[in-house]
Amino acid sequence: MKKIIKYIIADILRSKIIIGYAVLLLMISLTVFNLQPSSGKGLLSLISIVLIIVPLISIIFSTIYIYNSREFIELMVSQPIKRKTIWLSFYMGISAAMSLAFVIGVGLPVMIYSCNAIGILLIIVGVLQTLTFISIAMLAAVYSKDKARGIGIGVLIWLYFSLIFDGFVLFLLFQFQDYQIDKLALILTGLNPIDISRILLLLKMDASALMGYTGAVFRASMGGQAGILTGIVDLLAWIGIPLWLSLRKFGKKDL
Amino acid sequence: MISIQQLTKTFGKLTALDQISTELPDSTCLALIGPNGSGKTTLAKSILGIVHPDKGQIIYKGKNIIGDFAFKSSIGYMPQIGRYPENMTIGQILDMIKDIRGEKHLDEDLSDAFSLNKLLHKTMRSLSGGTTQKVSAALAFLFDPEVLMLDEPTAGLDPVAQGILKEKILLEKSKGKLIVITSHILSELDDLVSAVLYMQEGKLLFNKTIEQLREQTGQVRLSSAIAQIMQSNPIS
Repeated sequence: MKKIIKYIIADILRSKIIIGYAVLLLMISLTVFNLQPSSGKGLLSLISIVLIIVPLISIIFSTIYIYNSREFIELMVSQPIKRKTIWLSFYMGISAAMSLAFVIGVGLPVMIYSCNAIGILLIIVGVLQTLTFISIAMLAAVYSKDKARGIGIGVLIWLYFSLIFDGFVLFLLFQFQDYQIDKLALILTGLNPIDISRILLLLKMDASALMGYTGAVFRASMGGQAGILTGIVDLLAWIGIPLWLSLRKFGKKDL
Repeated sequence: MISIQQLTKTFGKLTALDQISTELPDSTCLALIGPNGSGKTTLAKSILGIVHPDKGQIIYKGKNIIGDFAFKSSIGYMPQIGRYPENMTIGQILDMIKDIRGEKHLDEDLSDAFSLNKLLHKTMRSLSGGTTQKVSAALAFLFDPEVLMLDEPTAGLDPVAQGILKEKILLEKSKGKLIVITSHILSELDDLVSAVLYMQEGKLLFNKTIEQLREQTGQVRLSSAIAQIMQSNPIS
Protein backbone atom coordinates (compact mmCIF):
# COMPACT_ATOMS: atom_id res chain seq x y z
CA MET A 1 0.00 0.00 0.00
CA LYS A 2 2.80 2.42 0.90
CA LYS A 3 4.35 1.95 -2.54
CA ILE A 4 1.10 2.69 -4.36
CA ILE A 5 0.56 5.82 -2.23
CA LYS A 6 4.08 6.92 -3.10
CA TYR A 7 3.39 6.60 -6.84
CA ILE A 8 0.07 8.43 -6.53
CA ILE A 9 1.67 11.35 -4.68
CA ALA A 10 4.46 11.49 -7.27
CA ASP A 11 1.85 11.50 -10.04
CA ILE A 12 -0.17 14.30 -8.40
CA LEU A 13 2.91 16.46 -7.85
CA ARG A 14 3.92 15.98 -11.49
CA SER A 15 0.67 17.58 -12.66
CA LYS A 16 1.58 20.86 -10.89
CA ILE A 17 -2.07 21.78 -10.21
CA ILE A 18 -1.56 21.01 -6.56
CA ILE A 19 1.41 23.39 -6.45
CA GLY A 20 -0.78 26.10 -7.96
CA TYR A 21 -3.36 25.41 -5.24
CA ALA A 22 -0.75 25.80 -2.49
CA VAL A 23 0.52 29.05 -4.02
CA LEU A 24 -3.04 30.40 -4.34
CA LEU A 25 -3.75 29.66 -0.67
CA LEU A 26 -0.43 31.17 0.33
CA MET A 27 -1.15 34.37 -1.58
CA ILE A 28 -4.63 34.68 -0.08
CA SER A 29 -3.33 34.11 3.45
CA LEU A 30 -0.49 36.62 3.13
CA THR A 31 -2.76 39.25 1.57
CA VAL A 32 -5.40 38.82 4.28
CA PHE A 33 -2.89 39.08 7.12
CA ASN A 34 -1.14 42.10 5.63
CA LEU A 35 -4.34 44.00 4.85
CA GLN A 36 -5.84 43.74 8.32
CA PRO A 37 -4.31 45.75 11.14
CA SER A 38 -4.86 43.03 13.74
CA SER A 39 -4.08 39.38 13.18
CA GLY A 40 -7.41 38.45 14.83
CA LYS A 41 -9.38 40.16 12.07
CA GLY A 42 -7.08 38.61 9.49
CA LEU A 43 -7.81 35.18 10.88
CA LEU A 44 -11.53 35.86 10.74
CA SER A 45 -11.39 36.79 7.04
CA LEU A 46 -9.19 33.79 6.36
CA ILE A 47 -11.74 31.44 7.96
CA SER A 48 -14.48 32.64 5.62
CA ILE A 49 -12.25 32.20 2.58
CA VAL A 50 -10.92 28.82 3.66
CA LEU A 51 -14.42 27.47 4.25
CA ILE A 52 -15.38 28.32 0.66
CA ILE A 53 -12.22 27.52 -1.31
CA VAL A 54 -10.92 24.40 0.42
CA PRO A 55 -14.10 22.30 -0.04
CA LEU A 56 -14.50 23.49 -3.64
CA ILE A 57 -10.96 22.71 -4.77
CA SER A 58 -10.81 19.46 -2.78
CA ILE A 59 -13.98 18.05 -4.30
CA ILE A 60 -13.29 19.14 -7.89
CA PHE A 61 -9.62 18.19 -7.95
CA SER A 62 -10.24 14.72 -6.48
CA THR A 63 -13.15 13.91 -8.78
CA ILE A 64 -11.13 14.90 -11.85
CA TYR A 65 -8.07 13.06 -10.59
CA ILE A 66 -10.03 9.83 -10.04
CA TYR A 67 -11.52 10.01 -13.54
CA ASN A 68 -8.16 10.78 -15.12
CA SER A 69 -6.59 7.84 -13.29
CA ARG A 70 -8.87 5.25 -14.86
CA GLU A 71 -5.93 3.70 -16.69
CA PHE A 72 -3.88 3.66 -13.53
CA ILE A 73 -6.72 2.00 -11.59
CA GLU A 74 -7.18 -0.60 -14.34
CA LEU A 75 -3.49 -1.35 -14.35
CA MET A 76 -3.53 -1.82 -10.56
CA VAL A 77 -6.67 -3.98 -10.62
CA SER A 78 -5.03 -6.43 -13.03
CA GLN A 79 -2.20 -6.90 -10.50
CA PRO A 80 -2.55 -9.10 -7.40
CA ILE A 81 -3.60 -6.22 -5.15
CA LYS A 82 -6.82 -6.04 -3.16
CA ARG A 83 -9.27 -3.53 -4.56
CA LYS A 84 -9.69 -2.14 -1.07
CA THR A 85 -5.96 -1.44 -0.94
CA ILE A 86 -6.06 0.32 -4.32
CA TRP A 87 -8.97 2.55 -3.37
CA LEU A 88 -7.59 3.41 0.07
CA SER A 89 -4.21 4.18 -1.48
CA PHE A 90 -5.90 6.63 -3.81
CA TYR A 91 -7.69 8.26 -0.90
CA MET A 92 -4.54 8.54 1.15
CA GLY A 93 -2.41 9.72 -1.76
CA ILE A 94 -4.81 12.51 -2.72
CA SER A 95 -5.36 13.40 0.94
CA ALA A 96 -1.66 13.60 1.69
CA ALA A 97 -0.96 15.83 -1.31
CA MET A 98 -3.91 18.17 -0.71
CA SER A 99 -3.38 18.41 3.05
CA LEU A 100 0.24 19.24 2.44
CA ALA A 101 -0.78 22.00 0.04
CA PHE A 102 -3.18 23.35 2.67
CA VAL A 103 -0.61 23.25 5.45
CA ILE A 104 1.88 25.11 3.27
CA GLY A 105 -0.65 27.60 1.91
CA VAL A 106 -2.59 28.38 5.09
CA GLY A 107 -0.79 26.67 7.97
CA LEU A 108 2.53 28.41 7.43
CA PRO A 109 1.19 32.02 7.35
CA VAL A 110 -1.11 31.29 10.31
CA MET A 111 1.86 30.02 12.28
CA ILE A 112 3.80 33.18 11.45
CA TYR A 113 1.09 35.80 12.00
CA SER A 114 -1.32 34.28 14.46
CA CYS A 115 0.11 31.31 16.29
CA ASN A 116 -2.50 30.69 18.96
CA ALA A 117 -5.23 28.18 19.84
CA ILE A 118 -7.58 29.49 17.15
CA GLY A 119 -4.86 29.40 14.52
CA ILE A 120 -4.09 25.77 15.33
CA LEU A 121 -7.79 24.91 15.33
CA LEU A 122 -8.09 26.53 11.88
CA ILE A 123 -5.33 24.31 10.53
CA ILE A 124 -6.91 21.17 12.04
CA VAL A 125 -10.37 22.06 10.76
CA GLY A 126 -8.99 22.92 7.32
CA VAL A 127 -7.27 19.55 7.03
CA LEU A 128 -10.42 17.74 8.22
CA GLN A 129 -12.39 19.74 5.67
CA THR A 130 -9.98 18.65 2.93
CA LEU A 131 -10.27 15.00 3.97
CA THR A 132 -14.08 15.23 4.11
CA PHE A 133 -14.50 16.61 0.64
CA ILE A 134 -12.03 14.18 -0.91
CA SER A 135 -14.05 11.39 0.69
CA ILE A 136 -17.30 12.80 -0.73
CA ALA A 137 -15.66 13.28 -4.14
CA MET A 138 -14.57 9.66 -4.26
CA LEU A 139 -18.10 8.55 -3.46
CA ALA A 140 -19.43 10.71 -6.33
CA ALA A 141 -16.74 9.38 -8.69
CA VAL A 142 -17.34 5.71 -7.92
CA TYR A 143 -21.09 5.96 -8.48
CA SER A 144 -21.02 7.78 -11.80
CA LYS A 145 -19.32 6.29 -14.85
CA ASP A 146 -19.55 9.50 -16.82
CA LYS A 147 -16.83 12.04 -16.09
CA ALA A 148 -18.90 15.17 -16.74
CA ARG A 149 -21.70 13.88 -14.53
CA GLY A 150 -19.32 12.96 -11.74
CA ILE A 151 -17.77 16.44 -11.72
CA GLY A 152 -21.23 18.01 -11.95
CA ILE A 153 -22.37 16.03 -8.92
CA GLY A 154 -19.26 17.20 -7.07
CA VAL A 155 -19.96 20.88 -7.81
CA LEU A 156 -23.61 20.45 -6.81
CA ILE A 157 -22.65 18.87 -3.50
CA TRP A 158 -20.35 21.81 -2.79
CA LEU A 159 -23.04 24.31 -3.75
CA TYR A 160 -25.53 22.50 -1.55
CA PHE A 161 -23.32 22.51 1.53
CA SER A 162 -22.00 26.05 1.18
CA LEU A 163 -25.17 27.88 0.07
CA ILE A 164 -28.39 25.93 -0.32
CA PHE A 165 -28.24 24.15 3.02
CA ASP A 166 -27.92 27.38 5.00
CA GLY A 167 -30.85 28.90 3.16
CA PHE A 168 -32.89 25.84 4.00
CA VAL A 169 -31.98 25.99 7.71
CA LEU A 170 -32.69 29.73 7.83
CA PHE A 171 -36.09 29.16 6.26
CA LEU A 172 -36.87 26.45 8.77
CA LEU A 173 -35.82 28.56 11.74
CA PHE A 174 -37.95 31.49 10.62
CA GLN A 175 -40.96 29.34 9.97
CA PHE A 176 -40.77 27.71 13.38
CA GLN A 177 -39.44 30.64 15.40
CA ASP A 178 -42.33 30.39 17.83
CA TYR A 179 -41.28 26.89 18.82
CA GLN A 180 -38.35 25.53 20.76
CA ILE A 181 -36.24 24.02 17.96
CA ASP A 182 -32.69 24.49 19.22
CA LYS A 183 -32.07 20.76 19.28
CA LEU A 184 -33.29 20.38 15.70
CA ALA A 185 -31.02 23.19 14.54
CA LEU A 186 -28.13 21.50 16.27
CA ILE A 187 -28.76 18.21 14.53
CA LEU A 188 -29.28 19.93 11.17
CA THR A 189 -25.94 21.70 11.45
CA GLY A 190 -24.24 18.41 12.16
CA LEU A 191 -25.48 17.35 8.74
CA ASN A 192 -23.31 19.96 7.03
CA PRO A 193 -19.53 19.62 7.36
CA ILE A 194 -18.92 23.25 6.34
CA ASP A 195 -21.37 24.62 8.93
CA ILE A 196 -19.95 22.53 11.71
CA SER A 197 -16.43 23.73 10.85
CA ARG A 198 -17.52 27.35 10.80
CA ILE A 199 -19.24 27.05 14.16
CA LEU A 200 -16.27 25.30 15.71
CA LEU A 201 -13.97 28.11 14.64
CA LEU A 202 -16.22 31.07 15.38
CA LEU A 203 -17.19 29.82 18.82
CA LYS A 204 -13.55 29.62 19.64
CA MET A 205 -13.05 33.16 18.29
CA ASP A 206 -15.84 34.62 20.38
CA ALA A 207 -17.32 36.29 17.34
CA SER A 208 -20.87 35.10 17.80
CA ALA A 209 -22.26 38.18 16.08
CA LEU A 210 -20.84 36.89 12.81
CA MET A 211 -22.14 33.38 13.19
CA GLY A 212 -25.50 34.02 11.65
CA TYR A 213 -28.68 32.24 12.52
CA THR A 214 -27.39 28.70 12.13
CA GLY A 215 -24.66 29.21 14.65
CA ALA A 216 -26.49 31.34 17.19
CA VAL A 217 -28.04 28.40 19.00
CA PHE A 218 -24.66 26.81 19.45
CA ARG A 219 -23.28 29.26 21.91
CA ALA A 220 -24.88 27.55 24.90
CA SER A 221 -24.46 23.92 23.91
CA MET A 222 -21.14 23.88 22.10
CA GLY A 223 -19.07 26.58 23.77
CA GLY A 224 -16.86 24.30 25.85
CA GLN A 225 -14.32 21.60 25.25
CA ALA A 226 -17.07 18.99 24.84
CA GLY A 227 -18.54 21.08 22.04
CA ILE A 228 -15.28 21.15 20.10
CA LEU A 229 -14.92 17.42 20.58
CA THR A 230 -18.46 16.77 19.33
CA GLY A 231 -17.72 18.90 16.27
CA ILE A 232 -14.53 17.03 15.47
CA VAL A 233 -16.23 13.66 15.91
CA ASP A 234 -18.94 14.86 13.53
CA LEU A 235 -16.31 15.84 10.96
CA LEU A 236 -14.59 12.47 11.35
CA ALA A 237 -17.92 10.77 10.62
CA TRP A 238 -18.14 12.93 7.49
CA ILE A 239 -14.77 11.54 6.42
CA GLY A 240 -15.41 7.92 7.36
CA ILE A 241 -18.94 7.26 6.12
CA PRO A 242 -18.61 8.40 2.46
CA LEU A 243 -15.22 6.69 2.24
CA TRP A 244 -16.65 3.43 3.57
CA LEU A 245 -19.60 3.59 1.15
CA SER A 246 -17.29 4.27 -1.79
CA LEU A 247 -15.00 1.39 -0.75
CA ARG A 248 -17.94 -0.99 -0.71
CA LYS A 249 -19.07 0.13 -4.14
CA PHE A 250 -15.57 0.00 -5.67
CA GLY A 251 -15.08 -3.56 -4.40
CA LYS A 252 -17.96 -4.77 -6.57
CA LYS A 253 -17.63 -2.43 -9.52
CA ASP A 254 -17.16 -3.63 -13.12
CA LEU A 255 -14.32 -1.65 -14.60
CA MET B 1 -6.55 -25.68 -15.59
CA ILE B 2 -9.45 -23.30 -15.26
CA SER B 3 -12.92 -24.70 -14.91
CA ILE B 4 -15.88 -22.42 -15.53
CA GLN B 5 -19.26 -23.36 -14.12
CA GLN B 6 -22.62 -21.78 -14.95
CA LEU B 7 -21.06 -18.36 -15.37
CA THR B 8 -23.67 -15.64 -15.93
CA LYS B 9 -23.30 -11.89 -16.27
CA THR B 10 -25.90 -9.34 -17.29
CA PHE B 11 -25.50 -5.63 -18.00
CA GLY B 12 -29.00 -4.24 -17.50
CA LYS B 13 -31.12 -6.07 -20.07
CA LEU B 14 -28.18 -7.42 -22.03
CA THR B 15 -27.02 -10.92 -21.14
CA ALA B 16 -23.31 -10.85 -21.84
CA LEU B 17 -22.62 -14.34 -20.49
CA ASP B 18 -25.38 -16.93 -20.42
CA GLN B 19 -24.62 -19.91 -18.18
CA ILE B 20 -21.19 -20.65 -19.59
CA SER B 21 -19.71 -23.97 -18.46
CA THR B 22 -16.45 -25.25 -19.89
CA GLU B 23 -12.89 -26.23 -19.11
CA LEU B 24 -9.64 -24.62 -20.16
CA PRO B 25 -6.90 -27.26 -19.79
CA ASP B 26 -3.16 -26.64 -19.21
CA SER B 27 -0.60 -26.85 -22.03
CA THR B 28 -3.15 -25.40 -24.37
CA CYS B 29 -3.24 -22.39 -26.57
CA LEU B 30 -6.92 -21.68 -26.73
CA ALA B 31 -8.53 -19.33 -29.22
CA LEU B 32 -11.56 -17.52 -27.89
CA ILE B 33 -13.50 -16.45 -30.95
CA GLY B 34 -16.92 -15.16 -31.85
CA PRO B 35 -18.58 -12.16 -33.45
CA ASN B 36 -18.44 -8.67 -31.92
CA GLY B 37 -20.44 -8.43 -28.72
CA SER B 38 -20.56 -12.19 -28.21
CA GLY B 39 -19.17 -11.96 -24.67
CA LYS B 40 -15.52 -12.84 -25.31
CA THR B 41 -14.11 -9.85 -23.50
CA THR B 42 -16.62 -10.19 -20.66
CA LEU B 43 -15.52 -13.80 -20.20
CA ALA B 44 -11.86 -12.80 -20.22
CA LYS B 45 -12.50 -9.91 -17.82
CA SER B 46 -14.47 -12.19 -15.48
CA ILE B 47 -11.50 -14.53 -15.23
CA LEU B 48 -9.28 -11.50 -14.59
CA GLY B 49 -11.57 -10.19 -11.87
CA ILE B 50 -12.18 -6.88 -13.64
CA VAL B 51 -15.85 -7.76 -14.13
CA HIS B 52 -17.84 -9.40 -11.35
CA PRO B 53 -20.10 -12.20 -12.67
CA ASP B 54 -23.65 -12.38 -11.28
CA LYS B 55 -23.70 -16.16 -10.89
CA GLY B 56 -21.45 -19.15 -11.33
CA GLN B 57 -17.94 -20.11 -10.41
CA ILE B 58 -14.46 -20.02 -11.92
CA ILE B 59 -12.34 -22.76 -10.39
CA TYR B 60 -8.54 -22.64 -10.57
CA LYS B 61 -6.50 -25.20 -8.63
CA GLY B 62 -9.60 -26.26 -6.69
CA LYS B 63 -10.48 -22.74 -5.58
CA ASN B 64 -13.20 -20.38 -6.69
CA ILE B 65 -11.27 -17.35 -7.88
CA ILE B 66 -14.14 -14.89 -8.16
CA GLY B 67 -13.21 -12.01 -5.87
CA ASP B 68 -9.84 -13.58 -5.08
CA PHE B 69 -7.11 -11.04 -5.72
CA ALA B 70 -4.17 -13.38 -4.97
CA PHE B 71 -4.95 -15.43 -8.08
CA LYS B 72 -3.86 -12.50 -10.23
CA SER B 73 -0.23 -13.23 -9.43
CA SER B 74 -0.54 -16.35 -11.60
CA ILE B 75 -2.19 -14.62 -14.54
CA GLY B 76 -0.75 -12.30 -17.15
CA TYR B 77 -3.07 -10.05 -19.10
CA MET B 78 -2.43 -8.23 -22.32
CA PRO B 79 -5.35 -5.91 -23.07
CA GLN B 80 -6.57 -5.12 -26.57
CA ILE B 81 -5.86 -1.42 -26.11
CA GLY B 82 -3.37 -0.99 -23.33
CA ARG B 83 -4.08 2.16 -21.38
CA TYR B 84 -1.44 3.47 -19.04
CA PRO B 85 -0.93 6.61 -16.98
CA GLU B 86 -0.07 9.08 -19.71
CA ASN B 87 2.62 11.15 -18.09
CA MET B 88 4.70 8.19 -16.94
CA THR B 89 7.55 6.84 -19.03
CA ILE B 90 7.94 3.20 -20.10
CA GLY B 91 10.76 2.84 -17.60
CA GLN B 92 8.67 4.25 -14.76
CA ILE B 93 5.74 1.94 -15.55
CA LEU B 94 7.96 -1.15 -15.67
CA ASP B 95 9.79 -0.14 -12.48
CA MET B 96 6.55 0.66 -10.69
CA ILE B 97 4.94 -2.69 -11.48
CA LYS B 98 8.13 -4.54 -10.54
CA ASP B 99 8.36 -2.52 -7.33
CA ILE B 100 4.73 -3.13 -6.34
CA ARG B 101 4.84 -6.84 -7.13
CA GLY B 102 8.23 -7.22 -5.49
CA GLU B 103 8.90 -10.53 -7.27
CA LYS B 104 12.46 -11.55 -7.96
CA HIS B 105 11.85 -14.03 -10.77
CA LEU B 106 11.39 -12.01 -13.95
CA ASP B 107 11.00 -13.05 -17.55
CA GLU B 108 12.34 -10.17 -19.61
CA ASP B 109 12.62 -12.03 -22.92
CA LEU B 110 10.01 -9.90 -24.59
CA SER B 111 11.21 -6.49 -23.47
CA ASP B 112 14.69 -7.53 -24.65
CA ALA B 113 13.39 -8.85 -27.96
CA PHE B 114 11.35 -5.68 -28.54
CA SER B 115 14.39 -3.64 -27.38
CA LEU B 116 12.23 -1.64 -25.01
CA ASN B 117 15.30 -0.60 -23.02
CA LYS B 118 16.09 1.92 -25.75
CA LEU B 119 12.70 3.58 -25.23
CA LEU B 120 12.60 3.66 -21.44
CA HIS B 121 12.60 7.47 -21.22
CA LYS B 122 9.60 7.91 -23.56
CA THR B 123 6.29 8.89 -21.97
CA MET B 124 3.27 6.67 -22.61
CA ARG B 125 1.49 9.59 -24.24
CA SER B 126 4.05 9.81 -27.03
CA LEU B 127 3.99 6.11 -27.95
CA SER B 128 2.45 4.69 -31.11
CA GLY B 129 -0.24 2.01 -30.79
CA GLY B 130 2.24 -0.71 -31.72
CA THR B 131 4.81 0.32 -29.12
CA THR B 132 2.09 0.46 -26.45
CA GLN B 133 1.16 -3.10 -27.46
CA LYS B 134 4.80 -4.12 -27.01
CA VAL B 135 4.76 -2.68 -23.48
CA SER B 136 1.50 -4.55 -22.75
CA ALA B 137 2.99 -7.80 -24.02
CA ALA B 138 6.19 -7.33 -22.04
CA LEU B 139 4.15 -6.68 -18.87
CA ALA B 140 1.89 -9.70 -19.43
CA PHE B 141 4.86 -12.08 -19.67
CA LEU B 142 7.05 -10.29 -17.12
CA PHE B 143 6.26 -12.34 -14.01
CA ASP B 144 6.26 -15.72 -15.77
CA PRO B 145 2.55 -16.37 -15.02
CA GLU B 146 0.93 -19.79 -15.36
CA VAL B 147 -2.04 -18.43 -17.28
CA LEU B 148 -1.88 -15.85 -20.06
CA MET B 149 -4.84 -13.92 -21.38
CA LEU B 150 -4.05 -12.13 -24.63
CA ASP B 151 -6.71 -9.91 -26.17
CA GLU B 152 -6.02 -9.33 -29.89
CA PRO B 153 -2.28 -9.68 -29.21
CA THR B 154 -0.93 -9.11 -32.69
CA ALA B 155 -3.25 -6.33 -33.85
CA GLY B 156 -1.13 -3.24 -34.41
CA LEU B 157 2.23 -5.01 -34.18
CA ASP B 158 4.65 -4.97 -37.10
CA PRO B 159 5.46 -8.35 -38.75
CA VAL B 160 8.79 -8.69 -36.94
CA ALA B 161 7.19 -8.08 -33.54
CA GLN B 162 4.32 -10.42 -34.43
CA GLY B 163 6.85 -13.15 -35.15
CA ILE B 164 8.63 -12.56 -31.84
CA LEU B 165 5.36 -12.67 -29.91
CA LYS B 166 4.16 -15.84 -31.66
CA GLU B 167 7.41 -17.61 -30.91
CA LYS B 168 7.15 -16.57 -27.29
CA ILE B 169 3.56 -17.85 -27.07
CA LEU B 170 4.59 -21.25 -28.49
CA LEU B 171 7.53 -21.42 -26.08
CA GLU B 172 5.29 -20.74 -23.08
CA LYS B 173 2.73 -23.28 -24.28
CA SER B 174 5.44 -25.95 -24.47
CA LYS B 175 6.20 -25.20 -20.81
CA GLY B 176 2.70 -26.40 -19.92
CA LYS B 177 0.98 -23.05 -19.59
CA LEU B 178 -2.56 -22.17 -20.47
CA ILE B 179 -2.77 -19.38 -23.03
CA VAL B 180 -6.07 -17.84 -24.04
CA ILE B 181 -6.08 -15.67 -27.16
CA THR B 182 -9.02 -13.59 -28.32
CA SER B 183 -8.81 -12.68 -31.95
CA HIS B 184 -10.78 -12.03 -35.08
CA ILE B 185 -7.93 -12.80 -37.43
CA LEU B 186 -8.34 -16.55 -37.85
CA SER B 187 -5.50 -16.98 -40.32
CA GLU B 188 -2.89 -15.82 -37.81
CA LEU B 189 -4.18 -18.29 -35.22
CA ASP B 190 -3.60 -21.30 -37.50
CA ASP B 191 -0.08 -22.16 -36.39
CA LEU B 192 -0.65 -21.12 -32.77
CA VAL B 193 -3.79 -22.56 -31.27
CA SER B 194 -4.56 -26.10 -30.21
CA ALA B 195 -8.21 -25.58 -29.25
CA VAL B 196 -11.06 -23.26 -30.15
CA LEU B 197 -13.79 -21.89 -27.92
CA TYR B 198 -16.57 -20.32 -29.95
CA MET B 199 -19.07 -17.91 -28.43
CA GLN B 200 -22.17 -16.28 -29.79
CA GLU B 201 -24.63 -13.95 -28.06
CA GLY B 202 -23.28 -14.81 -24.65
CA LYS B 203 -23.58 -18.54 -25.17
CA LEU B 204 -20.85 -21.10 -25.62
CA LEU B 205 -21.33 -22.90 -28.94
CA PHE B 206 -18.39 -25.29 -28.71
CA ASN B 207 -15.00 -25.88 -27.12
CA LYS B 208 -13.07 -28.30 -29.34
CA THR B 209 -9.47 -29.16 -30.09
CA ILE B 210 -8.04 -28.43 -33.53
CA GLU B 211 -7.91 -32.16 -34.32
CA GLN B 212 -11.60 -32.56 -33.55
CA LEU B 213 -12.43 -29.60 -35.76
CA ARG B 214 -10.32 -30.91 -38.65
CA GLU B 215 -11.90 -34.34 -38.39
CA GLN B 216 -15.40 -32.91 -38.26
CA THR B 217 -14.99 -30.61 -41.24
CA GLY B 218 -12.25 -32.22 -43.28
CA GLN B 219 -10.60 -28.81 -43.59
CA VAL B 220 -6.96 -28.29 -42.69
CA ARG B 221 -7.03 -24.54 -42.19
CA LEU B 222 -8.71 -23.16 -39.09
CA SER B 223 -10.43 -20.35 -40.95
CA SER B 224 -12.01 -22.73 -43.46
CA ALA B 225 -13.04 -25.14 -40.71
CA ILE B 226 -14.77 -22.41 -38.70
CA ALA B 227 -16.41 -21.00 -41.81
CA GLN B 228 -17.76 -24.45 -42.69
CA ILE B 229 -19.18 -25.00 -39.21
CA MET B 230 -20.86 -21.63 -39.25
CA GLN B 231 -22.43 -22.37 -42.63
CA SER B 232 -23.61 -25.86 -41.78
CA ASN B 233 -25.10 -24.84 -38.41
CA PRO B 234 -26.85 -21.59 -39.17
CA ILE B 235 -27.60 -20.03 -35.81
CA SER B 236 -30.81 -18.14 -35.57
